[in-house]
Amino acid sequence: MKKVLLGDEAIAQAAVDAGLSGVYAYPGTPSTEITEYIQLLESKQPTGIFCKWATNEKTAMEAALGMSYMGKRALVCMKHVGMNVCADAFMNAAITGVNGGLVVLAADDPSMHSSQNEQDSRFYAKFAMIPCLEPSNQQEAYNLTRYAFDLSERLRTPVLLRVTTRMAHSRAVVETAEPRKQNEMSVPKDVQHFILLPAFAKRNYAELVAAQPDFVSESEKAGNNVYTKGSNPKKAIVTTGIGYNYLLESFMLKGENSSVLKITQYPLPTALINQMVADGVEEILVIEEGQPVVEELLRGMVPSSVNVRGRLTGDLPRMGELTPDSVRVALGFDPLPTHEPDAIVVGRPPALCQGCGHRDMYTALNEVAREYPNSRIFGDIGCYTLGALSPFHAIHACVEMGASVTMAKGAADAGQHPAIAVIGDSTFTHSGMTGLLDCVNSNANVVILISDNLTTGMTGGQDSAGTGRLEQICEGLGVDKQHIRVVVPLPKNMEEIKAALREEIDYNGVSVVIARRECIQTLKRHLKQAKK
Amino acid sequence: MKRDIILAGVGGQGILSIATVIGEAALNEGLYLKQAEVHGMSQRGGDVQSNLRLSDEPIASDLIAKGGADIIISLEPMEALRYVQYLKPDGWIVTNEVPLINIPNYPDIEQVLNHIRGYKNHVLLNCEALAKEAGAPAQAANMVLLGAAIPMLGIDHDKMIAGIQRVFARKGDVVVNSNLAAVEAGYNVSVK
Repeated sequence: MKKVLLGDEAIAQAAVDAGLSGVYAYPGTPSTEITEYIQLLESKQPTGIFCKWATNEKTAMEAALGMSYMGKRALVCMKHVGMNVCADAFMNAAITGVNGGLVVLAADDPSMHSSQNEQDSRFYAKFAMIPCLEPSNQQEAYNLTRYAFDLSERLRTPVLLRVTTRMAHSRAVVETAEPRKQNEMSVPKDVQHFILLPAFAKRNYAELVAAQPDFVSESEKAGNNVYTKGSNPKKAIVTTGIGYNYLLESFMLKGENSSVLKITQYPLPTALINQMVADGVEEILVIEEGQPVVEELLRGMVPSSVNVRGRLTGDLPRMGELTPDSVRVALGFDPLPTHEPDAIVVGRPPALCQGCGHRDMYTALNEVAREYPNSRIFGDIGCYTLGALSPFHAIHACVEMGASVTMAKGAADAGQHPAIAVIGDSTFTHSGMTGLLDCVNSNANVVILISDNLTTGMTGGQDSAGTGRLEQICEGLGVDKQHIRVVVPLPKNMEEIKAALREEIDYNGVSVVIARRECIQTLKRHLKQAKK
Repeated sequence: MKRDIILAGVGGQGILSIATVIGEAALNEGLYLKQAEVHGMSQRGGDVQSNLRLSDEPIASDLIAKGGADIIISLEPMEALRYVQYLKPDGWIVTNEVPLINIPNYPDIEQVLNHIRGYKNHVLLNCEALAKEAGAPAQAANMVLLGAAIPMLGIDHDKMIAGIQRVFARKGDVVVNSNLAAVEAGYNVSVK
């Protein structure tokens, strides 16, 4: 069957067709659409695939490992920084190995379209010593997902599938394959493999080390990595992922006689690289999306006389995503004739929606914070991070999921008052709860302002794990009930919100103020649905 | 046949509906298609664009190179100008003339429109007003814009109309007909 699919959707469709039993994920751009696509399929025609959102990437990874332990196929999806959250589970899943196929999808965001860094998940695959696959187009994304499950089951290892923003969010026609059934439940033959006591873990790790040549051999023989000798094999281009498309685009415009090695599967295919060397390569240009992973590795694999060029040498930009333009220039082609940029154009940064509850929350918070000589407000990850910009300029920090709570605590420990955290409901349950327990255990003098819009807003309104239970959660973690306050962020309630904030700032201990009003985007959607 | 199209606007304006209709018509013609979209944070009222590429030969790159676009289709006039570096020297700008002002430093709109008029190949139209005149709601402004772009897309008018009928069929005749009226209103501006 032919379908027009986003890269993300192609992966989702392939996972379902490969006999998936569970997808585990926390929303994060550019990975969100994978789980949403499977949820949509399940809502139309239920097949028993587990597809509810997880509380964070670590719980997702662990649940997926549990699904795999029982012999069934599981997919874990996240944006690149989610890999940091699940790293403990991910690294150790490489040591336990798998029973049912386990594929970990990491969607990297070079150029930081919607992220705070551009870390490259291929490093995680190398770190964990497991195979990694990187598609260049939607059809490859589909085919490689199926292959990833097969490879995982055959080699008993988790497999990392790595995409980048342009792969995830670009659409094209995909030809789908025959769907296959889910696995029956089965327990691992060797239970000790999943018990990482040092004695067992040492044996497992030795097995993982011993399996490395098999992983390389797969990279050489599976046909995903392709070496094409050019008429001038002194020059070669080694390219991966979306970079391959920009290379082809330039080649279509003008013939090229270099050799080309397309890398789609890692670890790097030693035999193909040796062949490139044997063919007399003297100069290699590496075109890869993300950090210079292949470029660094190649330097250790080819003779030092070979000139390896790429992001490290400035032939391509050191930072940011590749573009057809940067690749053209690196290949030595002239830029196309075009128009000068128009200087009249000004930036249009994203902003909180008109009518959004975060706006009223920040208005109140800013007014109260100004009453104190040196308020410090620690922000977090979500739409409300936009409170850093005009007109609010409300927050002094934003680092990663949950950091607002614990940074406010650390600041309070250092003597800061008022130390205020601003965190969304979904981010709070993702990674803020444990920090709040730290606050309670040392009776830190902090105010934790949970801006509760009843959803995971920035990624498009997915379910939030703690909806309806935030007061209970805070109370259960030990926050004094009298210092858990709930307000409705609306202009008419401004004085009440400010009074609550003032009182809780003046209280010497842990306070939680929940500013609760539904996200304006999900509200619109719910009203529309109610009309139908 | 090959058309590289940049769709531009502000998050929430509905540029992806235009892409969906063009894509539907293109696939029905047996053309290859690639469409890169923007999702995530920038959708919150920021500038958004989509690169839509159509060709009768396989397409490699997901993104259009600078100087490679045949046409910029924009729901907002300043947003049309944001991408002129991507436009071929003789490429077309087809844009709504109604500004969306959600920033304090939006430039003088008359100057913006004059800059657009400085391009040899341009179509400027008031999409909201034309939608209303055609008896469609203001939300059909994107279909007016699509109509105005049809002559430059390399796909027959009638085949594009059929594409709209297929895309909106499940929303019922009222929606289909009001969208068709909006498309015709835009088309008439361009062919005049």
